[in-house]
Amino acid sequence: MEVIMALTVGGMVAGAVYLFLSRQYLRVMFGVILLSNAINVAILTVGRLTTGNAPLIAQGAEVMDRAAANPLPQALILTAIVIGFGLLAFALVLGYRAYQEMGTLDTGAMRVAEPEDMP
Amino acid sequence: MNAWLTAAPILIPMFTAALCMVAWKYPVAQRVLSLMGSLALVIVGGSLLSIVLDQGIQVVQMGSWAAPFGITLVADPLSALMILIAALMGFCVALHALGDIDPVRERGGHHPIFQVLMTGVCGAFVTGDLFNLYVWFEVMLISSFVLLSLGGLREQIDAAIKYVCINMVATACLLLAVALLYGVTGTLNMADLSVRVPAVPSQPVISAIAVLFIIAFGMKAALFPFFFWLPATYHTPSVSVQAIFAGLLTKVGVYALIRVFTLIFTGDREWTHGILMVMAGITMIVGVLGSLAARDLNRAWSWQVVAHIGSMVMGLAIATPLALAAAAFYMVHDIVVKTNLFLGAGLVRRMAGGSTDYARLGGLFKSAPWLCLLLFVPLGSLAGFPPLSGFWGKLLLVRAGLDAQHYVMVGLLLLTGLLTIWLVGRVWAEMVWKAPAEPPADTLSTLPFARSYALVMPLLLLSLITVSIGLQPERLLNVAGQVGESLYDTSAYVQAVLGTTPAPQPTQLGALETGAAP
Repeated sequence: MEVIMALTVGGMVAGAVYLFLSRQYLRVMFGVILLSNAINVAILTVGRLTTGNAPLIAQGAEVMDRAAANPLPQALILTAIVIGFGLLAFALVLGYRAYQEMGTLDTGAMRVAEPEDMP
Repeated sequence: MNAWLTAAPILIPMFTAALCMVAWKYPVAQRVLSLMGSLALVIVGGSLLSIVLDQGIQVVQMGSWAAPFGITLVADPLSALMILIAALMGFCVALHALGDIDPVRERGGHHPIFQVLMTGVCGAFVTGDLFNLYVWFEVMLISSFVLLSLGGLREQIDAAIKYVCINMVATACLLLAVALLYGVTGTLNMADLSVRVPAVPSQPVISAIAVLFIIAFGMKAALFPFFFWLPATYHTPSVSVQAIFAGLLTKVGVYALIRVFTLIFTGDREWTHGILMVMAGITMIVGVLGSLAARDLNRAWSWQVVAHIGSMVMGLAIATPLALAAAAFYMVHDIVVKTNLFLGAGLVRRMAGGSTDYARLGGLFKSAPWLCLLLFVPLGSLAGFPPLSGFWGKLLLVRAGLDAQHYVMVGLLLLTGLLTIWLVGRVWAEMVWKAPAEPPADTLSTLPFARSYALVMPLLLLSLITVSIGLQPERLLNVAGQVGESLYDTSAYVQAVLGTTPAPQPTQLGALETGAAP
């Protein structure tokens, strides 16, 4: 199972890198979404993959009596998803503003901050 | 009491930001709140540093969850020193913002977002948990996005697009590195990691993760292959924002590198610190050459930020106690000087009618001799003229490099210093001595008295700090020495956080028995 997950993460990262190579801002943003999801899957995988059991300790017992899912990676992923969502929302609005200001989302044509004739 | 003091560097700016947002429609109240909050942060930073130096490392377990499981806040000498200096910069820039920020940016929420930025910076300095560090980086990042694009000029939006893209990739790298490290060790607490990482059976995996951390923090710190975003963005926002970005943001990346590569990844020094050494050397040279090629004051200073990041990372890469102390000393010096330079460039821009292009500058000696005197302090310190603070920082780094026999690095450092002197001389000639191309449209002296006072006072304060470090280096040297010792031998840090000697955790019963014995 871990091998399949690892290959999935690899495939997603490869797709993200391909999208990063585009000049279109929107494609780059799709790459960012893909990359952050790939990393979330990676977090889930490194936190041990188990099926079923919830990490609850039976009443009266002091320790877990069986293997169970690790809750910490899930908390980490939740945090990462929320943060990533906020950043992405800002980035998309910024892209919209950029399109209004410059009339293009081709990053190669955005040379306002660094004009081409600058040394 | 001390526990509250350790958490205060996060709480104070956070509450100031919240109060500023409550007072959204009242800019005057926001100004007062922002200034008061920044002043309170300076006081807290000062008392935290003195307590840490007196009583040792301060540790707070959030919510009383014991160390490896909960989130720990740790104030060790480096954290406390960085918080104090960040708070000082925050105060100076908050003061400058009173005169500098226009009503549009103020209505857009400059003051609350500036305080959120300070929350993120202080949080990153004080946390002892790797995932928490990632969260503080994100807090810092999102507020820096907003500050960068606030004002909405075309130039700013363009710069913000690139800044956002590179930083999203950098944080993704950081998150992946944190996740992989958690996967192989099962912990996120930095002190616990420093115990468990050497015990991991497959050390090559650890080295690979270490490289991922170098990439992630290197992008934040603007190290050699990842520096190109910095000169493309730092000249676009308002002067206050430029100053705090140049002063603090990249240094948080350097701080994180220092923390991680003294506490966690110390097993394979030749590999990890070797990479850092090469990156530091190239960063210095590329940064200083870029600053010489620039034809604009702001761009030149942006390249200088890159160049001097290299010097600090060189101290980290050498990793002797003296070199780490030198890195800490240099970081304090550089934060003060860079903030001062960008604030000064803002004043020069006002004098020259809205541009810092070399072609538009000139005649400053005639039009504002007092400003020349004020600007000479950070310029001289940047070049490393004795007895200003830059001289002592370079001297320490050179000593540390020679002691550890890194002659090439010392040569590169001195070459960078020489080229920086050339840059300073050229800037002085262009800005101060040259006859101006056209009579400058001076917009500084036409400002109301209170506003120009708010603009100039921070420069005076920062120059005073630089001069006093220069004239009395032994006080900062003592602190930096303690920082270097505590970074070199991290057993005190580990013991303060975990509460026990770093040994394998005993069983429940064993803990009870040993608990009775001592």
